[in-house]
Amino acid sequence: MGDAVIRVVGLGKSYETAAGLFPALRGVDLTILPGEYIAIMGPSGSGKSTFMNLLGCLDTPTCGDYFLDGRNVAHLDKDALAKLRNLTLGFVFQGFNLLPRMTLQDNVALPLVYAGSSQQERREAARVMLDKVGLGQYADSLPARISGGQQQRVAIARALVNNPQLILADEPTGNLDSHTSEEIMRLFGKLNAEGITIVLVTHEPDIAAHAKRQVRFLDGQIVSDQLSGTIRA
Amino acid sequence: MLNAMLGEAWLAMGANRLRTALTMLGMVIGVGAVVIMMAIGQGAQYAVQQTISTMGSNLLIVLSGSFTASGVRSGSAGAPSLNVADAEAMAELDGVANVAPTHQGTRQLVYGSQNWSTQVVGTTPPYLESRAWSIVNGAAFSDSDVRSATRVALIGKTVAENLFVDDDPVGKTMRIQQNPFIVIGVLGSKGQNLDGRDQDDTVIIPLSTAQRKVFGTPFLGSVRMIMVQAESAEALPRVEKSIESLLRQRHRLREGMPNDFFTRNLSAAAESEAETTRTMSILLGAIASISLLVGGIGIMNIMLVSVTERTREIGIRMAIGAREKDILTQFLLEAIMISIAGCFIGLVLGIASALLVNAVTNMVIVISGASVLVAFGVAAGVGVFFGYYPARKAAQLDPIEALRYQ
Repeated sequence: MGDAVIRVVGLGKSYETAAGLFPALRGVDLTILPGEYIAIMGPSGSGKSTFMNLLGCLDTPTCGDYFLDGRNVAHLDKDALAKLRNLTLGFVFQGFNLLPRMTLQDNVALPLVYAGSSQQERREAARVMLDKVGLGQYADSLPARISGGQQQRVAIARALVNNPQLILADEPTGNLDSHTSEEIMRLFGKLNAEGITIVLVTHEPDIAAHAKRQVRFLDGQIVSDQLSGTIRA
Repeated sequence: MLNAMLGEAWLAMGANRLRTALTMLGMVIGVGAVVIMMAIGQGAQYAVQQTISTMGSNLLIVLSGSFTASGVRSGSAGAPSLNVADAEAMAELDGVANVAPTHQGTRQLVYGSQNWSTQVVGTTPPYLESRAWSIVNGAAFSDSDVRSATRVALIGKTVAENLFVDDDPVGKTMRIQQNPFIVIGVLGSKGQNLDGRDQDDTVIIPLSTAQRKVFGTPFLGSVRMIMVQAESAEALPRVEKSIESLLRQRHRLREGMPNDFFTRNLSAAAESEAETTRTMSILLGAIASISLLVGGIGIMNIMLVSVTERTREIGIRMAIGAREKDILTQFLLEAIMISIAGCFIGLVLGIASALLVNAVTNMVIVISGASVLVAFGVAAGVGVFFGYYPARKAAQLDPIEALRYQ
């Protein structure tokens, strides 16, 4: 188990509310190995978003341990978490979340700015990633000039630019039509085939079906964890 | 990393040009006001200092004062209580550089068909040095001229212009009180004194000649005024004291009798004038700084709005690895860029309007490198000070909340 990308043990998170302490996540155990393609499912309020925030090092757990790449990151300080988000993780959001004033190339290169790369390195890496998602010709355009599906591909390029250990995708197709969704899912499939670990959060079963493994959340706990053979064929 | 952040700050400023320009305007007005006020204040200081330096330094005047003799009381309008021998005795005192007994009054000068009324000063050669008079044309008179009461005169620039017009005055003969005087020199120009009187409107002649030929005093050798120059500003109070005891002794004033003379420290008066302008200059600068403060508050206000508007952007940046420090730097940089750019424009406008004031009103203005540097430094400081709170607010946002912000 030492080479797991992610291993969470008894992970819990509670929120202070007016009605008292609300447990959003209650003792979750999960191990994700390198190269896995896993979908996290569940209705809203099931704790999957809370789990995603913890996996994404955007939040710290109330209890339990979280080993990312073999290192316990459950109680690191803010700067250390920021560094993990920058170098070890790549985010893909439902709303694409590109910065509207920057060119696509600058958007893709932004994580490299925070990693401290030189301008030259940033430009080259961003070009490579934009080419990889097939949008190299739009490098100097602003996000508003391209379609939603293309924007999401740019966001994926941005997530990949620092060569992260895994990609966290939170409802990546939520704002896209079914045709474009297929395109994005094909891209994820291709990236996974290249060996990139992907964690996908979704409430749509047909999107989740693209993943090799489905984990279902309900009331802050994992209720099912199964491998699907269908997509592999 | 810094160049990327500067580029981003530039983009952010360009995203809402009108707002950025209006925010900058606060700084422009603030810095402009500081620059022009400092230019005027320092100009006034400079003008006063110039005047003081033309007056001569470390000066003390001893004036003949009131006395009572056989029940007859008299103020300084009566017979003068000082004399040339007093002056000679003062010259021996420790710390005294120059002593010049003087007798002055207004007389009409005549040259050819021109006439001109001016102040005629009868004195001895040390007067020129103590009042910092220079001779630009010709030469000064000497002690022997004073001893033999020769009719020679040194004339000021204003007199030369009005009486001699285009002629070279040196060697010409003019009349004072019907007595012919040879002009032997023209004095260097000094301009106005602190009271605004033209110092160049004067004629200087030997004391003995003045008393015998011009003023016709019945008390030969008596003078109303003795000009004393101390060796240094520090020596001045000491000199003032020793003159007082010397004169009391020489005038045989017993214990309890009032002085029959006054001493007046001219340098102290000049110093207080300089102090007044210095205070005025500081006051002007302080008032102008208030507008700089208001400009700073404007920056803070707009940065707070900007942070709120860009909450989602901040969330995205944090999600892809921006540390608190990075966000703080970004917003701080933006505030500093706005204030520095505003400061630069303000400097240009401030200097331009100071020059305009100078051109239109002839007011002396001084734009020093120091005041420009101070304005720049203060503006950068204002940017940091007023930019820090919004930037910190941005940096301390919770990434999850910020990402969810619509």
